[in-house]
Amino acid sequence: MKLTGAQMVCESLVKEGVEVIFGILGGALLPLYDTLPHYPKLRHILVRHEQGAAHAAEGYARATGKVGVCLATSGPGASNLVTGIANAHLDSSPMVAITGQVARPFIGKDAFQEIDITGITQPITKHNYLVLDVASIPKTFKEAFHLARTGRPGPILIDLPRDVQIDQAEFHYPSKVNLPSYKPTLEGHPAQIKKAAKLINESQRPIIIAGRGVIISTAYAELKELVEEAQIPVVTTLLGISCFPESHALSYGMIGMHGMAYANFAVDAADLIIAIGMRFDDRATAKVSAFAPHARVIHIDIDPAEIGKNVRVDVPIVGDAKAVLQKLNKQVATGQHLDWVQQLDDWRREHPSLVIRDSQGLLPQYVIRQIYEVTKGEAIIVTGVGQNQMWAAQHYWYDKPNSFISSGGLGTMGFELPAAFGAKIGCPDKTVWCIAGDGGLQMTIQELATIVQEKAAVKIAIMDNGYLGMVRQWQELFYGKRYVATPVTGPDFVKIAEAYGLSALKVERKEDVIPAIKKAMADPGPFLIDFKIEPEENVYPMVPPGAALSEVIEEPRKKAKAATDSAKLSVSNI
Amino acid sequence: MTKHTLVALVEDKPGVLNQMASLFRRRGFNIESIAVGHSEVPHLSRTTIVVNGATTTVEQVRKQLDKLVDVVKVSDITDEEIISRELALIKVKTTAASRSEIIEIVDIFRANIVDVGANSVTIEVTGDEDKVNSLLKLLRGFGIKEITRTGCIAMTRGGTGPPPKEKKSPEAKEK
Repeated sequence: MKLTGAQMVCESLVKEGVEVIFGILGGALLPLYDTLPHYPKLRHILVRHEQGAAHAAEGYARATGKVGVCLATSGPGASNLVTGIANAHLDSSPMVAITGQVARPFIGKDAFQEIDITGITQPITKHNYLVLDVASIPKTFKEAFHLARTGRPGPILIDLPRDVQIDQAEFHYPSKVNLPSYKPTLEGHPAQIKKAAKLINESQRPIIIAGRGVIISTAYAELKELVEEAQIPVVTTLLGISCFPESHALSYGMIGMHGMAYANFAVDAADLIIAIGMRFDDRATAKVSAFAPHARVIHIDIDPAEIGKNVRVDVPIVGDAKAVLQKLNKQVATGQHLDWVQQLDDWRREHPSLVIRDSQGLLPQYVIRQIYEVTKGEAIIVTGVGQNQMWAAQHYWYDKPNSFISSGGLGTMGFELPAAFGAKIGCPDKTVWCIAGDGGLQMTIQELATIVQEKAAVKIAIMDNGYLGMVRQWQELFYGKRYVATPVTGPDFVKIAEAYGLSALKVERKEDVIPAIKKAMADPGPFLIDFKIEPEENVYPMVPPGAALSEVIEEPRKKAKAATDSAKLSVSNI
Repeated sequence: MTKHTLVALVEDKPGVLNQMASLFRRRGFNIESIAVGHSEVPHLSRTTIVVNGATTTVEQVRKQLDKLVDVVKVSDITDEEIISRELALIKVKTTAASRSEIIEIVDIFRANIVDVGANSVTIEVTGDEDKVNSLLKLLRGFGIKEITRTGCIAMTRGGTGPPPKEKKSPEAKEK
């Protein structure tokens, strides 16, 4: 029996196990949307802006490990997806984005709502397709989902002209993909693994830097085995947070620009870096020429193009973190690095990075810590970008695997609300807290309507300081306190929330924090709390731009001036 | 900065050339030449790309090229023993006095005259880049009206198949 292109798309999505699609329709997608109701297995969620569809699909993908699917019409619908697709690309999230396109005879003629979306998204997708023949739909979808979820995951875009959705053909869903040029290396080369084990067994001051690759390959147990067997301290990248329990004695938190001082010291002093599923991003390494000056480097990553890209590597191992660690663990000797671990513990005691100072005002660090206390560390935390993101990364303790979702590579303000929504849709039984800034929240605030419509019980905490806070912090430290374009006149978020139909509270005093969080948790629906935090509170520790990890500023009031002077020279490099 | 010759076996599909070129564009490389044509395998094309760049950056681009789903194989054959050729068409001004001298130069270079007009001749020359450049240098004195060059195509010497996949990359070191 012949099916229409639209039916073939739905059949393909069902075959791939898709349950949820985030999207907005439009003229070029009418045939597909007209078919959707015949496939009750496919739950379509109407968002309020296509950027929200892409971020929600990514939040869903990251919380569940499944492929997130978003749908947008041609032209502006498709171009509105772009930021979300780029975000998924940089953070290696599995996503299939489907866009409508004008009918084939109109392509290339600047037709109404025509845009060259395959051209536009070429550098920000793992691969993309313009479907010109209805018969190729099954093969295209099979390949797209395979590419999205295997190897280093990423976004795939499929552009579907309107008339292709109407054309008919026989539907045969392929059982296998045929992509001769695409064969990700998973196992890791035995000789390299042997070399790595030798280095590990000989090292005196080893440290593991774990990244998001550990979460993607679910190598939690394997990482823990390596850490405990060889007694190697662990630090993580921002996106590596929650790949290893932070309350573990050998966990030393996050490294990088706003990492823990002792974590940065450890990397600086180590004689061996074991980098697992991370890509030596500049925010993690700080000044790259001064990164880990005494260390040999083992780099385990599934993407060969990441090896040697930013940092010289002594032992590269291309492969899946889980598969490689399973083999590596067998060759790693039971180890003890008592002096080294003692050194790290001393640094942690002498340079505490998580002490919350006394303050009359409401401190964001305190708020985050109380959210941790009330949720008992069981929530999925989805953050925005900037100060709120760093406070959430630092002051919540992540013991549950994959409980931190944040926009790392692209740093997309506005990610938080739709991504938290997508995570809640994917994990309805888990508590999901969206930690937002007042600036970022306003970039995708219309998704509050989606949250209410879908009755998704997302809890939203705004770190409301009336500034684009992270940029203001840089202006304070490096641009002579000239606050250009950073003050933000916010709306009354409580009224906004109420207008959208969700419950909300404003909190201005410390003593109201815990009751408010408890009230939000007790509410069966979505809930928003507007925390009026200290307006000029900064994020510390901080490695100034252009400085090395070891040059971390811990006590701002004493050392900020010195840092300003030393950073002035290098600020133009960032 | 050194000159690199990359050879890639790619799917014969729309957009592939764009994807490849885009990886160089993003890093601000100027592609000196790029030549594409069918290969010995149906549906696959072989591309020869010549670029100037730092070795580490070119190696990074090579790896990125290799990640493209439509790129089957890509090698940097700069340090291999290779045969490289390009074809050029050169239209030179002629007068009754200069024509015989031009024909003589053409003969020395084993080039061909493929078209003759009232006051010009068009010369076809095949060879490596140096040979084409040498001929151009000699012809310049007569007045060159137009040049078109195909860009370099290249292949490794000896053996039976295409060159090994990669030479200096870390993955190769593993093997």
